[in-house]
Amino acid sequence: MKIFVCVKHVPDTAATIKVAGEAGYEEGGVKFVSNPYDEFGIEEAVKTVEKNGGEVVILTVGKAGAAATMRGAMAMGAHRGILVKTDTQFLDPALTAQALKAAMDQDGLGDMVFTGKGSVDSESFQTQYCLAAALGVPVANEVSALSLGEGKAVAEQETGGGDKQVLELSLPCVIGATKGLNEPRYPKFPDIMKAKKKELREIDIADLGIDLSQGRICLETLEIVPERSGAKMLEGDTDAQIAELVRILREDEKVI
Amino acid sequence: MAKTGILIETENNGVKETSLGVMAAAAGTEIHALVMDGDAAAARETLAAHGAAVVVDMAAGKTVQSPDQAAAALAAAAKEYGLTAILGTASAIGKDIFARAAALMGQPLASDILGLDLEQRTVKKSHFSGKTLATLRLDADIFLCTVRPNLFEPAQAQAEGALAAFDPGVADAGGVKVLEVKKGDADTLDLTEAPVVVTGGRAVNAAENFAMLDACAAKLGAAVGASRAAVDAGFANHAMQVGQTGKTVSPRLYIACGVSGAVQHFAGMKTSKVIVAINEDKDAPIFAKCDYGIVGDIFEVVPRLTEKL
Repeated sequence: MKIFVCVKHVPDTAATIKVAGEAGYEEGGVKFVSNPYDEFGIEEAVKTVEKNGGEVVILTVGKAGAAATMRGAMAMGAHRGILVKTDTQFLDPALTAQALKAAMDQDGLGDMVFTGKGSVDSESFQTQYCLAAALGVPVANEVSALSLGEGKAVAEQETGGGDKQVLELSLPCVIGATKGLNEPRYPKFPDIMKAKKKELREIDIADLGIDLSQGRICLETLEIVPERSGAKMLEGDTDAQIAELVRILREDEKVI
Repeated sequence: MAKTGILIETENNGVKETSLGVMAAAAGTEIHALVMDGDAAAARETLAAHGAAVVVDMAAGKTVQSPDQAAAALAAAAKEYGLTAILGTASAIGKDIFARAAALMGQPLASDILGLDLEQRTVKKSHFSGKTLATLRLDADIFLCTVRPNLFEPAQAQAEGALAAFDPGVADAGGVKVLEVKKGDADTLDLTEAPVVVTGGRAVNAAENFAMLDACAAKLGAAVGASRAAVDAGFANHAMQVGQTGKTVSPRLYIACGVSGAVQHFAGMKTSKVIVAINEDKDAPIFAKCDYGIVGDIFEVVPRLTEKL
Protein backbone atom coordinates (compact mmCIF):
# COMPACT_ATOMS: atom_id res chain seq x y z
CA MET A 1 0.00 0.00 0.00
CA LYS A 2 1.02 3.56 -0.60
CA ILE A 3 -0.30 5.90 2.05
CA PHE A 4 -0.04 9.68 2.10
CA VAL A 5 -0.19 11.51 5.41
CA CYS A 6 -0.84 15.25 5.16
CA VAL A 7 0.99 16.94 8.02
CA LYS A 8 0.85 20.61 8.98
CA HIS A 9 3.65 22.51 10.68
CA VAL A 10 1.97 24.71 13.32
CA PRO A 11 2.88 26.86 16.33
CA ASP A 12 2.83 24.86 19.57
CA THR A 13 -0.42 25.41 21.46
CA ALA A 14 1.56 26.63 24.46
CA ALA A 15 3.41 29.24 22.37
CA THR A 16 2.68 32.94 22.85
CA ILE A 17 1.34 34.43 19.64
CA LYS A 18 2.27 37.99 18.77
CA VAL A 19 0.29 39.66 16.02
CA ALA A 20 2.34 41.28 13.25
CA GLY A 21 0.67 43.80 10.97
CA GLU A 22 -3.06 43.50 10.33
CA ALA A 23 -3.36 39.80 9.75
CA GLY A 24 -0.12 37.99 10.47
CA TYR A 25 1.93 36.78 13.40
CA GLU A 26 5.58 36.83 14.36
CA GLU A 27 7.27 33.50 13.83
CA GLY A 28 10.55 34.35 15.53
CA GLY A 29 10.79 32.69 18.94
CA VAL A 30 7.72 30.54 18.33
CA LYS A 31 8.17 26.80 18.71
CA PHE A 32 6.65 24.91 15.79
CA VAL A 33 5.42 21.34 16.03
CA SER A 34 3.47 18.80 14.06
CA ASN A 35 -0.26 19.55 14.23
CA PRO A 36 -1.27 17.30 17.17
CA TYR A 37 -4.11 15.51 15.34
CA ASP A 38 -1.85 14.66 12.40
CA GLU A 39 0.27 12.45 14.68
CA PHE A 40 -2.65 10.02 14.99
CA GLY A 41 -2.71 9.85 11.18
CA ILE A 42 1.06 9.24 10.96
CA GLU A 43 0.88 6.45 13.54
CA GLU A 44 -2.07 4.76 11.81
CA ALA A 45 -0.37 4.93 8.41
CA VAL A 46 2.91 3.52 9.76
CA LYS A 47 1.08 0.73 11.62
CA THR A 48 -0.89 -0.16 8.49
CA VAL A 49 2.23 -0.38 6.33
CA GLU A 50 4.11 -2.36 9.00
CA LYS A 51 1.31 -4.91 8.75
CA ASN A 52 0.53 -4.88 5.01
CA GLY A 53 3.75 -3.65 3.46
CA GLY A 54 4.11 -0.52 1.32
CA GLU A 55 5.28 3.01 2.00
CA VAL A 56 4.18 6.08 3.91
CA VAL A 57 4.73 9.46 2.26
CA ILE A 58 4.52 12.63 4.36
CA LEU A 59 3.04 15.51 2.40
CA THR A 60 3.22 19.03 3.75
CA VAL A 61 2.29 22.44 2.38
CA GLY A 62 4.26 25.04 4.30
CA LYS A 63 7.39 27.08 4.79
CA ALA A 64 10.92 25.71 4.51
CA GLY A 65 10.96 25.27 8.31
CA ALA A 66 8.27 22.59 7.99
CA ALA A 67 11.02 20.14 7.01
CA ALA A 68 11.82 19.71 10.74
CA THR A 69 8.27 18.55 11.45
CA MET A 70 8.43 16.21 8.45
CA ARG A 71 11.69 14.69 9.76
CA GLY A 72 9.83 14.02 13.01
CA ALA A 73 7.15 12.14 11.07
CA MET A 74 9.83 10.15 9.25
CA ALA A 75 11.39 9.28 12.60
CA MET A 76 8.01 7.75 13.51
CA GLY A 77 8.44 5.44 10.54
CA ALA A 78 7.32 7.27 7.41
CA HIS A 79 9.53 6.51 4.41
CA ARG A 80 9.92 9.83 2.62
CA GLY A 81 8.47 13.30 2.36
CA ILE A 82 7.30 15.89 -0.13
CA LEU A 83 7.27 19.54 0.95
CA VAL A 84 5.23 21.93 -1.14
CA LYS A 85 6.80 25.25 -0.29
CA THR A 86 4.85 28.47 0.19
CA ASP A 87 5.62 31.58 2.21
CA THR A 88 1.97 32.30 2.99
CA GLN A 89 1.14 32.14 6.70
CA PHE A 90 -2.53 31.35 6.15
CA LEU A 91 -3.33 29.53 2.94
CA ASP A 92 -6.93 29.12 1.82
CA PRO A 93 -7.89 25.48 2.61
CA ALA A 94 -9.21 24.94 -0.93
CA LEU A 95 -5.82 26.01 -2.33
CA THR A 96 -3.98 23.80 0.16
CA ALA A 97 -6.13 20.91 -1.06
CA GLN A 98 -5.34 21.75 -4.68
CA ALA A 99 -1.63 21.78 -3.87
CA LEU A 100 -1.87 18.45 -2.02
CA LYS A 101 -3.72 16.88 -4.95
CA ALA A 102 -1.27 18.24 -7.51
CA ALA A 103 1.66 16.82 -5.53
CA MET A 104 -0.10 13.45 -5.30
CA ASP A 105 -0.83 13.47 -9.04
CA GLN A 106 2.83 14.11 -9.68
CA ASP A 107 4.04 11.40 -7.29
CA GLY A 108 1.41 8.81 -8.17
CA LEU A 109 -1.87 8.42 -6.29
CA GLY A 110 -1.99 6.44 -3.05
CA ASP A 111 -4.35 3.83 -1.66
CA MET A 112 -5.22 5.98 1.32
CA VAL A 113 -4.73 9.47 2.69
CA PHE A 114 -4.61 10.41 6.36
CA THR A 115 -4.93 13.92 7.77
CA GLY A 116 -5.64 15.23 11.25
CA LYS A 117 -9.26 16.15 12.05
CA GLY A 118 -8.29 19.82 11.81
CA SER A 119 -5.36 22.11 12.46
CA VAL A 120 -4.82 24.02 15.68
CA ASP A 121 -3.64 27.21 13.99
CA SER A 122 -6.38 28.32 11.60
CA GLU A 123 -8.95 25.77 12.87
CA SER A 124 -10.80 25.75 9.56
CA PHE A 125 -11.61 22.01 9.57
CA GLN A 126 -12.11 21.55 5.84
CA THR A 127 -8.87 20.84 3.94
CA GLN A 128 -9.46 17.07 4.10
CA TYR A 129 -12.95 17.49 2.65
CA CYS A 130 -11.70 19.74 -0.17
CA LEU A 131 -8.94 17.23 -0.89
CA ALA A 132 -11.38 14.29 -1.00
CA ALA A 133 -13.67 16.24 -3.33
CA ALA A 134 -10.72 17.13 -5.58
CA LEU A 135 -9.58 13.49 -5.65
CA GLY A 136 -13.16 12.27 -6.11
CA VAL A 137 -12.88 9.86 -3.16
CA PRO A 138 -14.91 9.45 0.05
CA VAL A 139 -13.89 11.08 3.34
CA ALA A 140 -14.58 10.51 7.04
CA ASN A 141 -13.43 12.92 9.73
CA GLU A 142 -12.89 12.72 13.50
CA VAL A 143 -12.15 9.02 13.12
CA SER A 144 -11.32 7.33 16.44
CA ALA A 145 -11.26 3.68 15.28
CA LEU A 146 -10.44 2.20 11.88
CA SER A 147 -10.21 -1.21 10.26
CA LEU A 148 -9.32 -2.06 6.68
CA GLY A 149 -10.98 -4.76 4.58
CA GLU A 150 -10.86 -5.78 0.92
CA GLY A 151 -11.24 -2.48 -0.97
CA LYS A 152 -12.91 -0.76 1.96
CA ALA A 153 -12.34 0.93 5.29
CA VAL A 154 -14.65 0.88 8.30
CA ALA A 155 -14.33 4.02 10.41
CA GLU A 156 -15.90 4.93 13.72
CA GLN A 157 -16.55 8.51 14.80
CA GLU A 158 -18.02 10.14 17.89
CA THR A 159 -21.09 12.19 17.08
CA GLY A 160 -21.84 13.73 20.48
CA GLY A 161 -23.78 12.77 23.60
CA GLY A 162 -21.87 9.49 23.75
CA ASP A 163 -23.23 8.41 20.34
CA LYS A 164 -20.99 6.85 17.73
CA GLN A 165 -21.42 6.34 14.03
CA VAL A 166 -19.80 3.54 12.02
CA LEU A 167 -19.06 4.39 8.39
CA GLU A 168 -17.93 2.22 5.51
CA LEU A 169 -15.82 3.91 2.84
CA SER A 170 -14.60 2.52 -0.44
CA LEU A 171 -10.83 2.76 -1.00
CA PRO A 172 -9.02 4.95 -1.77
CA CYS A 173 -10.35 7.35 0.84
CA VAL A 174 -9.35 10.24 3.07
CA ILE A 175 -9.40 9.71 6.86
CA GLY A 176 -9.25 12.63 9.31
CA ALA A 177 -7.71 11.18 12.46
CA THR A 178 -8.37 12.14 16.05
CA LYS A 179 -7.44 11.01 19.56
CA GLY A 180 -8.50 7.46 20.36
CA LEU A 181 -7.38 6.04 17.01
CA ASN A 182 -4.01 4.96 18.45
CA GLU A 183 -1.16 6.04 20.71
CA PRO A 184 1.41 7.85 18.55
CA ARG A 185 4.88 6.43 19.21
CA TYR A 186 7.86 8.39 20.51
CA PRO A 187 10.71 7.97 18.03
CA LYS A 188 13.91 6.43 19.43
CA PHE A 189 17.30 8.02 18.86
CA PRO A 190 18.37 5.64 16.03
CA ASP A 191 15.05 6.35 14.26
CA ILE A 192 15.69 10.08 14.51
CA MET A 193 19.17 9.59 13.00
CA LYS A 194 17.79 7.37 10.23
CA ALA A 195 15.09 9.93 9.42
CA LYS A 196 17.75 12.51 8.62
CA LYS A 197 18.83 10.43 5.64
CA LYS A 198 15.39 9.77 4.24
CA GLU A 199 14.33 11.44 0.99
CA LEU A 200 12.66 14.84 1.39
CA ARG A 201 11.74 16.42 -1.91
CA GLU A 202 10.81 20.08 -2.15
CA ILE A 203 8.50 21.60 -4.75
CA ASP A 204 7.56 25.25 -5.06
CA ILE A 205 3.79 25.73 -4.88
CA ALA A 206 3.92 27.88 -8.03
CA ASP A 207 5.44 24.96 -9.95
CA LEU A 208 2.30 22.96 -9.21
CA GLY A 209 0.23 25.58 -11.01
CA ILE A 210 -1.49 26.84 -7.87
CA ASP A 211 -2.58 30.46 -8.21
CA LEU A 212 -2.48 31.95 -4.70
CA SER A 213 -4.64 34.89 -5.78
CA GLN A 214 -7.59 32.51 -6.20
CA GLY A 215 -8.25 32.16 -2.46
CA ARG A 216 -11.82 32.86 -1.39
CA ILE A 217 -11.28 33.09 2.35
CA CYS A 218 -9.51 36.33 3.18
CA LEU A 219 -8.04 36.86 6.64
CA GLU A 220 -8.68 40.57 7.24
CA THR A 221 -7.52 41.00 10.82
CA LEU A 222 -6.00 38.97 13.60
CA GLU A 223 -6.37 40.23 17.18
CA ILE A 224 -5.18 38.95 20.52
CA VAL A 225 -8.05 37.81 22.74
CA PRO A 226 -7.59 39.33 26.19
CA GLU A 227 -7.41 36.78 28.99
CA ARG A 228 -9.77 37.02 31.94
CA SER A 229 -8.06 39.16 34.54
CA GLY A 230 -8.10 36.57 37.32
CA ALA A 231 -10.78 34.98 39.45
CA LYS A 232 -12.77 36.69 42.13
CA MET A 233 -11.80 34.37 44.96
CA LEU A 234 -14.70 33.57 47.27
CA GLU A 235 -14.05 34.01 50.96
CA GLY A 236 -15.06 32.59 54.31
CA ASP A 237 -15.53 28.94 55.25
CA THR A 238 -16.63 26.37 52.67
CA ASP A 239 -20.34 26.88 53.31
CA ALA A 240 -20.03 30.65 53.07
CA GLN A 241 -18.07 30.36 49.80
CA ILE A 242 -20.66 28.03 48.31
CA ALA A 243 -23.59 30.21 49.40
CA GLU A 244 -21.94 33.26 47.85
CA LEU A 245 -21.16 31.37 44.63
CA VAL A 246 -24.73 30.14 44.25
CA ARG A 247 -26.04 33.66 44.90
CA ILE A 248 -23.70 35.15 42.27
CA LEU A 249 -24.59 32.53 39.67
CA ARG A 250 -28.32 33.03 40.30
CA GLU A 251 -28.62 36.77 40.87
CA ASP A 252 -25.62 38.50 39.29
CA GLU A 253 -24.70 36.25 36.37
CA LYS A 254 -28.17 34.69 35.95
CA VAL A 255 -26.67 31.50 34.51
CA ILE A 256 -28.51 28.98 36.73
CA MET B 1 -34.73 40.31 1.57
CA ALA B 2 -31.81 37.88 1.54
CA LYS B 3 -32.82 34.31 2.14
CA THR B 4 -30.91 32.30 4.72
CA GLY B 5 -31.18 28.57 5.21
CA ILE B 6 -30.66 27.15 8.70
CA LEU B 7 -29.92 23.44 9.05
CA ILE B 8 -32.10 22.52 12.03
CA GLU B 9 -31.06 19.71 14.37
CA THR B 10 -33.74 17.93 16.39
CA GLU B 11 -33.76 15.52 19.30
CA ASN B 12 -36.70 13.60 20.81
CA ASN B 13 -38.95 15.37 18.26
CA GLY B 14 -38.03 18.81 19.57
CA VAL B 15 -35.81 21.47 18.00
CA LYS B 16 -32.42 21.74 19.72
CA GLU B 17 -31.89 25.02 21.61
CA THR B 18 -28.60 25.42 19.79
CA SER B 19 -30.42 25.44 16.42
CA LEU B 20 -32.77 28.16 17.71
CA GLY B 21 -29.65 30.12 18.66
CA VAL B 22 -28.32 29.81 15.11
CA MET B 23 -31.65 31.17 13.84
CA ALA B 24 -31.15 34.23 16.04
CA ALA B 25 -27.78 34.77 14.36
CA ALA B 26 -29.61 35.16 11.02
CA ALA B 27 -32.19 37.71 12.28
CA GLY B 28 -33.11 40.26 9.63
CA THR B 29 -33.08 37.80 6.76
CA GLU B 30 -35.86 35.57 5.42
CA ILE B 31 -35.21 32.35 7.29
CA HIS B 32 -35.78 28.94 5.74
CA ALA B 33 -35.57 26.32 8.48
CA LEU B 34 -34.29 23.13 6.85
CA VAL B 35 -35.40 20.05 8.82
CA MET B 36 -33.61 16.90 7.68
CA ASP B 37 -33.32 14.67 10.75
CA GLY B 38 -36.78 14.90 12.30
CA ASP B 39 -40.47 15.74 11.98
CA ALA B 40 -40.79 19.16 10.31
CA ALA B 41 -44.54 19.43 10.97
CA ALA B 42 -44.01 18.83 14.70
CA ALA B 43 -41.23 21.43 14.79
CA ARG B 44 -43.13 24.03 12.72
CA GLU B 45 -44.68 26.00 15.57
CA THR B 46 -41.41 26.39 17.49
CA LEU B 47 -39.50 27.33 14.34
CA ALA B 48 -42.13 29.91 13.31
CA ALA B 49 -41.97 31.48 16.79
CA HIS B 50 -38.20 31.90 16.32
CA GLY B 51 -38.34 33.59 12.94
CA ALA B 52 -38.77 30.88 10.29
CA ALA B 53 -40.63 32.28 7.28
CA VAL B 54 -40.56 28.83 5.70
CA VAL B 55 -40.15 25.42 7.34
CA VAL B 56 -38.75 23.02 4.76
CA ASP B 57 -39.45 19.33 5.29
CA MET B 58 -36.28 17.91 3.76
CA ALA B 59 -37.13 14.38 4.87
CA ALA B 60 -40.23 14.42 2.70
CA GLY B 61 -38.45 12.30 0.13
CA LYS B 62 -36.79 10.13 2.82
CA THR B 63 -33.75 9.82 0.60
CA VAL B 64 -31.06 11.16 2.90
CA GLN B 65 -29.18 8.27 4.49
CA SER B 66 -25.52 9.19 4.24
CA PRO B 67 -23.52 12.30 5.15
CA ASP B 68 -22.77 12.98 1.47
CA GLN B 69 -26.48 12.82 0.69
CA ALA B 70 -27.15 15.29 3.49
CA ALA B 71 -24.59 17.64 1.92
CA ALA B 72 -26.11 17.20 -1.54
CA ALA B 73 -29.55 17.89 -0.03
CA LEU B 74 -28.29 21.21 1.38
CA ALA B 75 -26.91 22.14 -2.03
CA ALA B 76 -30.24 21.22 -3.66
CA ALA B 77 -32.19 23.30 -1.12
CA ALA B 78 -29.93 26.30 -1.77
CA LYS B 79 -30.82 26.10 -5.45
CA GLU B 80 -34.54 25.40 -4.95
CA TYR B 81 -35.11 28.31 -2.55
CA GLY B 82 -32.51 30.77 -3.82
CA LEU B 83 -30.62 30.81 -0.50
CA THR B 84 -27.64 33.16 -0.32
CA ALA B 85 -26.43 31.76 3.00
CA ILE B 86 -26.79 28.53 4.96
CA LEU B 87 -25.90 28.34 8.64
CA GLY B 88 -25.80 25.42 11.04
CA THR B 89 -24.56 24.36 14.45
CA ALA B 90 -20.88 23.50 14.88
CA SER B 91 -21.82 20.10 16.31
CA ALA B 92 -19.97 16.97 15.20
CA ILE B 93 -22.68 16.22 12.63
CA GLY B 94 -23.16 19.86 11.59
CA LYS B 95 -19.44 20.48 11.00
CA ASP B 96 -19.22 17.30 8.93
CA ILE B 97 -22.24 18.03 6.71
CA PHE B 98 -21.20 21.64 6.08
CA ALA B 99 -17.63 20.70 5.16
CA ARG B 100 -18.98 18.14 2.69
CA ALA B 101 -21.49 20.65 1.31
CA ALA B 102 -18.85 23.38 0.89
CA ALA B 103 -16.50 21.02 -0.96
CA LEU B 104 -19.38 19.78 -3.12
CA MET B 105 -20.63 23.30 -3.91
CA GLY B 106 -17.14 24.73 -4.41
CA GLN B 107 -17.82 27.39 -1.78
CA PRO B 108 -15.62 28.64 1.05
CA LEU B 109 -16.67 27.66 4.58
CA ALA B 110 -16.18 29.15 8.01
CA SER B 111 -16.37 26.48 10.70
CA ASP B 112 -17.17 27.01 14.39
CA ILE B 113 -17.57 30.78 14.14
CA LEU B 114 -18.02 33.13 17.10
CA GLY B 115 -19.73 36.00 15.26
CA LEU B 116 -20.92 37.00 11.80
CA ASP B 117 -22.06 39.84 9.58
CA LEU B 118 -24.27 38.40 6.86
CA GLU B 119 -24.32 41.62 4.84
CA GLN B 120 -20.55 42.15 4.89
CA ARG B 121 -19.98 38.38 4.53
CA THR B 122 -17.49 38.40 7.35
CA VAL B 123 -17.11 36.09 10.34
CA LYS B 124 -15.15 36.13 13.59
CA LYS B 125 -13.47 32.91 14.57
CA SER B 126 -10.80 31.51 16.80
CA HIS B 127 -7.25 30.99 15.56
CA PHE B 128 -4.48 29.43 17.66
CA SER B 129 -6.73 27.69 20.19
CA GLY B 130 -8.64 30.77 21.24
CA LYS B 131 -5.57 32.96 21.74
CA THR B 132 -6.43 35.14 18.75
CA LEU B 133 -9.63 36.20 17.05
CA ALA B 134 -9.61 36.30 13.26
CA THR B 135 -11.93 38.27 11.02
CA LEU B 136 -12.42 36.43 7.74
CA ARG B 137 -14.20 37.66 4.62
CA LEU B 138 -15.71 34.93 2.50
CA ASP B 139 -15.86 35.49 -1.24
CA ALA B 140 -18.91 33.26 -1.53
CA ASP B 141 -21.94 32.93 -3.79
CA ILE B 142 -23.56 31.00 -0.98
CA PHE B 143 -22.20 31.93 2.43
CA LEU B 144 -21.69 28.77 4.50
CA CYS B 145 -20.82 28.64 8.17
CA THR B 146 -21.30 26.66 11.35
CA VAL B 147 -21.80 28.57 14.58
CA ARG B 148 -20.28 27.56 17.94
CA PRO B 149 -23.15 26.24 20.11
CA ASN B 150 -24.62 28.54 22.77
CA LEU B 151 -22.93 31.70 21.48
CA PHE B 152 -26.24 33.11 20.29
CA GLU B 153 -29.25 33.04 22.60
CA PRO B 154 -32.52 31.89 21.00
CA ALA B 155 -34.84 34.89 20.39
CA GLN B 156 -38.60 35.02 19.93
CA ALA B 157 -39.50 36.46 16.50
CA GLN B 158 -42.86 35.31 15.18
CA ALA B 159 -42.90 34.59 11.44
CA GLU B 160 -45.21 32.70 9.13
CA GLY B 161 -43.49 29.30 9.22
CA ALA B 162 -45.15 28.05 6.03
CA LEU B 163 -44.56 24.30 5.73
CA ALA B 164 -42.98 23.20 2.44
CA ALA B 165 -42.17 19.63 1.45
CA PHE B 166 -38.97 19.31 -0.54
CA ASP B 167 -37.50 16.16 -2.03
CA PRO B 168 -33.82 16.92 -2.68
CA GLY B 169 -33.65 13.89 -4.99
CA VAL B 170 -30.25 12.63 -3.87
CA ALA B 171 -30.32 9.00 -4.91
CA ASP B 172 -26.57 8.38 -5.08
CA ALA B 173 -25.28 7.57 -1.59
CA GLY B 174 -21.68 8.35 -2.59
CA GLY B 175 -18.70 6.42 -1.26
CA VAL B 176 -19.63 6.67 2.43
CA LYS B 177 -22.23 4.33 3.89
CA VAL B 178 -23.54 4.55 7.47
CA LEU B 179 -23.33 1.00 8.79
CA GLU B 180 -24.49 1.63 12.32
CA VAL B 181 -25.35 4.34 14.79
CA LYS B 182 -24.38 3.31 18.31
CA LYS B 183 -26.54 5.20 20.75
CA GLY B 184 -24.83 6.16 23.98
CA ASP B 185 -26.59 6.49 27.30
CA ALA B 186 -29.86 8.30 26.51
CA ASP B 187 -29.39 10.58 29.54
CA THR B 188 -26.00 11.83 28.38
CA LEU B 189 -26.20 15.44 27.23
CA ASP B 190 -24.10 16.40 24.24
CA LEU B 191 -21.06 18.04 25.78
CA THR B 192 -20.55 20.51 22.93
CA GLU B 193 -24.12 21.76 23.12
CA ALA B 194 -24.88 21.62 26.85
CA PRO B 195 -25.81 24.97 28.45
CA VAL B 196 -23.81 24.08 31.58
CA VAL B 197 -20.71 21.87 31.84
CA VAL B 198 -19.14 20.40 35.00
CA THR B 199 -15.63 19.09 34.37
CA GLY B 200 -13.40 16.90 36.47
CA GLY B 201 -9.62 16.94 36.41
CA ARG B 202 -6.88 14.71 37.72
CA ALA B 203 -7.92 15.46 41.30
CA VAL B 204 -11.10 13.40 40.78
CA ASN B 205 -8.66 10.54 41.23
CA ALA B 206 -10.82 7.56 40.15
CA ALA B 207 -13.46 6.75 37.54
CA GLU B 208 -16.10 6.03 40.19
CA ASN B 209 -15.62 9.48 41.71
CA PHE B 210 -17.14 11.02 38.58
CA ALA B 211 -20.50 10.01 40.15
CA MET B 212 -20.03 13.02 42.43
CA LEU B 213 -19.87 15.29 39.36
CA ASP B 214 -22.80 13.46 37.74
CA ALA B 215 -24.92 14.30 40.78
CA CYS B 216 -23.96 17.98 40.61
CA ALA B 217 -24.54 18.05 36.84
CA ALA B 218 -27.99 16.47 37.20
CA LYS B 219 -29.07 19.37 39.45
CA LEU B 220 -27.79 21.91 36.90
CA GLY B 221 -28.99 20.23 33.69
CA ALA B 222 -25.31 20.01 32.85
CA ALA B 223 -23.09 17.68 30.85
CA VAL B 224 -20.02 16.21 32.51
CA GLY B 225 -16.60 16.73 30.95
CA ALA B 226 -13.07 15.68 31.84
CA SER B 227 -9.63 17.20 31.48
CA ARG B 228 -7.00 15.45 29.40
CA ALA B 229 -5.20 14.42 32.59
CA ALA B 230 -8.35 12.67 33.84
CA VAL B 231 -8.88 10.93 30.48
CA ASP B 232 -5.25 9.83 30.16
CA ALA B 233 -5.36 8.48 33.71
CA GLY B 234 -8.34 6.34 32.67
CA PHE B 235 -10.90 8.08 34.92
CA ALA B 236 -13.12 9.12 31.98
CA ASN B 237 -13.49 8.20 28.33
CA HIS B 238 -12.24 10.36 25.48
CA ALA B 239 -15.76 11.41 24.43
CA MET B 240 -15.79 13.48 27.64
CA GLN B 241 -12.49 15.28 27.06
CA VAL B 242 -12.63 19.07 26.91
CA GLY B 243 -9.76 20.96 25.29
CA GLN B 244 -7.27 20.33 22.56
CA THR B 245 -7.49 16.75 21.25
CA GLY B 246 -10.97 16.75 22.80
CA LYS B 247 -14.07 18.89 22.45
CA THR B 248 -14.64 22.61 22.33
CA VAL B 249 -17.47 23.79 24.55
CA SER B 250 -19.01 27.19 25.12
CA PRO B 251 -21.67 26.86 27.82
CA ARG B 252 -23.13 29.76 29.80
CA LEU B 253 -21.59 28.20 32.94
CA TYR B 254 -18.44 26.06 33.15
CA ILE B 255 -17.43 24.57 36.50
CA ALA B 256 -13.91 23.10 36.58
CA CYS B 257 -13.35 20.74 39.52
CA GLY B 258 -9.76 19.85 40.27
CA VAL B 259 -8.55 21.04 36.85
CA SER B 260 -5.17 22.76 36.84
CA GLY B 261 -5.89 24.87 33.75
CA ALA B 262 -3.36 24.08 31.04
CA VAL B 263 -3.39 26.17 27.85
CA GLN B 264 -4.65 23.08 26.01
CA HIS B 265 -7.63 22.92 28.37
CA PHE B 266 -8.49 26.59 27.90
CA ALA B 267 -8.42 26.02 24.13
CA GLY B 268 -11.60 24.01 24.58
CA MET B 269 -13.61 26.16 27.03
CA LYS B 270 -12.34 29.72 26.86
CA THR B 271 -15.47 31.16 25.26
CA SER B 272 -17.70 29.90 28.09
CA LYS B 273 -19.70 32.80 29.53
CA VAL B 274 -18.88 32.23 33.21
CA ILE B 275 -16.02 29.99 34.36
CA VAL B 276 -15.87 28.76 37.98
CA ALA B 277 -12.89 26.83 39.31
CA ILE B 278 -12.66 24.69 42.43
CA ASN B 279 -9.12 23.60 43.25
CA GLU B 280 -7.17 22.71 46.36
CA ASP B 281 -4.07 24.53 45.08
CA LYS B 282 -4.49 28.27 45.47
CA ASP B 283 -1.71 28.77 42.89
CA ALA B 284 -3.33 26.59 40.20
CA PRO B 285 -3.04 28.41 36.83
CA ILE B 286 -6.79 28.11 36.28
CA PHE B 287 -7.48 30.79 38.92
CA ALA B 288 -5.60 33.36 36.86
CA LYS B 289 -7.95 32.97 33.89
CA CYS B 290 -11.41 32.23 35.30
CA ASP B 291 -14.22 34.31 36.79
CA TYR B 292 -14.83 32.84 40.26
CA GLY B 293 -12.64 30.62 42.37
CA ILE B 294 -13.01 28.46 45.45
CA VAL B 295 -9.86 27.08 47.06
CA GLY B 296 -10.79 23.75 48.57
CA ASP B 297 -10.94 20.00 48.33
CA ILE B 298 -13.38 19.03 45.56
CA PHE B 299 -14.58 16.08 47.65
CA GLU B 300 -15.73 18.53 50.28
CA VAL B 301 -16.89 21.42 48.07
CA VAL B 302 -18.73 19.66 45.23
CA PRO B 303 -21.19 17.58 47.32
CA ARG B 304 -22.05 20.64 49.41
CA LEU B 305 -22.52 22.72 46.26
CA THR B 306 -24.82 20.01 44.87
CA GLU B 307 -26.88 20.20 48.07
CA LYS B 308 -27.28 23.97 47.75
CA LEU B 309 -28.46 23.91 44.12
